Amino acid sequence: MEARAVIDIDKLNKSFGDNHVLKDFSMKLYKGENLVVLGKSGSGKSVLIKCIIGLMDPDSGTIKVLGEDISDYDRQQLDKMRVKVGFLFQSNALYDSMTVRENLEFPLRRHWMKETQERSEVDALVMDALEDVGLAHTVDMMPAELSGGMRKRIALARTLILKPEIILYDEPTTGLDPITGREISELILEVQEKYNASSIIISHDMNCISITSNRVVMLIDGKCYEEGAFSELRKSKDEKVRNFFISDSSIKDKKDENQTH
Amino acid sequence: MAGMFSILRKSEFLVEVGHIARFAARFFSEGFQPRYEFREFIRQCYWVGYKSLPLVGITAFIMGLVLTIQSRPTLVEFGAESMLPSMVAISLVREISPVITALICAGKIGSGMGAELGSMRVTEQIDAMEVSGTNPFKYLIVTRILATTLMLPVLSSLSNAIALYGGYLGVNIRGAVSWHLYWSQVFDALSYGDLVPSLVKTFFFGFAIGLIGCYKGYYSTKGTEGVGRSANSAVVVASLLVFIIDLIAVQITDLLNLT
Ligand SMILES: Nc1ncnc2c1ncn2[C@@H]1O[C@H](COP(=O)(O)OP(=O)(O)OP(=O)(O)O)[C@@H](O)[C@H]1O
Ligand SMILES: [Mg+2]
Repeated sequence: MEARAVIDIDKLNKSFGDNHVLKDFSMKLYKGENLVVLGKSGSGKSVLIKCIIGLMDPDSGTIKVLGEDISDYDRQQLDKMRVKVGFLFQSNALYDSMTVRENLEFPLRRHWMKETQERSEVDALVMDALEDVGLAHTVDMMPAELSGGMRKRIALARTLILKPEIILYDEPTTGLDPITGREISELILEVQEKYNASSIIISHDMNCISITSNRVVMLIDGKCYEEGAFSELRKSKDEKVRNFFISDSSIKDKKDENQTH
Repeated sequence: MAGMFSILRKSEFLVEVGHIARFAARFFSEGFQPRYEFREFIRQCYWVGYKSLPLVGITAFIMGLVLTIQSRPTLVEFGAESMLPSMVAISLVREISPVITALICAGKIGSGMGAELGSMRVTEQIDAMEVSGTNPFKYLIVTRILATTLMLPVLSSLSNAIALYGGYLGVNIRGAVSWHLYWSQVFDALSYGDLVPSLVKTFFFGFAIGLIGCYKGYYSTKGTEGVGRSANSAVVVASLLVFIIDLIAVQITDLLNLT
């Protein structure tokens, strides 16, 4: 792995009133790696990546994206950065009032600032992105007509259509069945290989983590509590760390039992 | 205890007014700088104007008809039956038609915008626009407020015409007034002093409806329950504002006529 950090977060603080969500949180994302951020619900994982993409302003600390400090970026600079950094929302955030095609065209047209881009060129990009996620036939459907897993893939296609260098995934497999979840995880892996993208993946789905992760960061009490490879953390002696894995594997065992009955 | 609660509620009310004022100020400061979201504006005009037309039209027609039928007995009592078209025209154009149109739009458009933007907020669609190189305030809010501001006068004018047509039928249910005579009486009765103020106030009605619908939706609190609440309070506040604006408009017209 190269040692170039594409995202460098240093001593990030963010609070909502008395609720100190992030406390001096520091973390680096290296070129070409899949970094999983693991933490309890409400621990501030979404807040963290929303700070990276500029949807929330941190109270203090610095975030460097591709070597540049984004804290006093204006809207134009943020827009430029957001072409290179894709974001997959926890709730997909597909536009309900638009077809799948229009959903995918939206970031293309808006970022290029040209409403009159060549029709054929846009169409080709849209179809490419849809084929990447295996849903080319849904191009003229509305998001409401799709299943949860399909919507997640469309959202992924919309994130990838600008060919970002860095991708931030907010719980990409939550709410999906294990099989669809695995498909999404494998898609994430494919994307990493195909585009040599660097990703931050927020997840507490052990299957997803084991498939996608090169490195895991544990976000506990607003800090980067522990980091390491998935297999190492799993064997960790620290109770706080191991709790995540124990509780999940026992659930998984139960699930397996149910399936055999 | 009750007094304390009412003070608390009052201060909450003032905070809310402050927020809405700031929202309006943002509309004026951001709305008139490029980039202009022309396409979305047209789409909103279509949605606000064209889609509300059937409802506004039917209501206006019934209003004109009913008002005429109801007014006749009183005028007959005073032996002023021939005044019926003039009276109906003045009450419709000055007051009833703009206000009813605005209330219908507050119900239909205000709640629609509150719910639509609210669910966009809750499902992160507004954030998704932001990361897709779009200023959601300009794309969603400015276009909608402009659309209601410009479409309400149009709807209200159409409502005037349809209501007056309803009035014509109402006059002719009993008694007979020719088409020609009816309209010449109507236009004799109406002066610019009736038409212009009533048109001007509909711009303000439209602005208020768009502003409140957008404000409530844009700052919808998380959760699906919040979406319902946004839609609901958008209708309540917008309707109330319509009456308040009407009251102020009537006062101003009155003062101007005196001088
Ligand atoms: N806009 C906001 N205003 C106030 N508090 C917020 C806001 N957004 C998040 N929070 C608070 O920040 C904390 C972290 O929220 P966040 O959404 O980052 O959790 P999360 O780790 O993503 O959880 P989950 O796994 O459930 O998605 C929560 O306590 C939440 O209440
Ligand atoms: Mg989250």
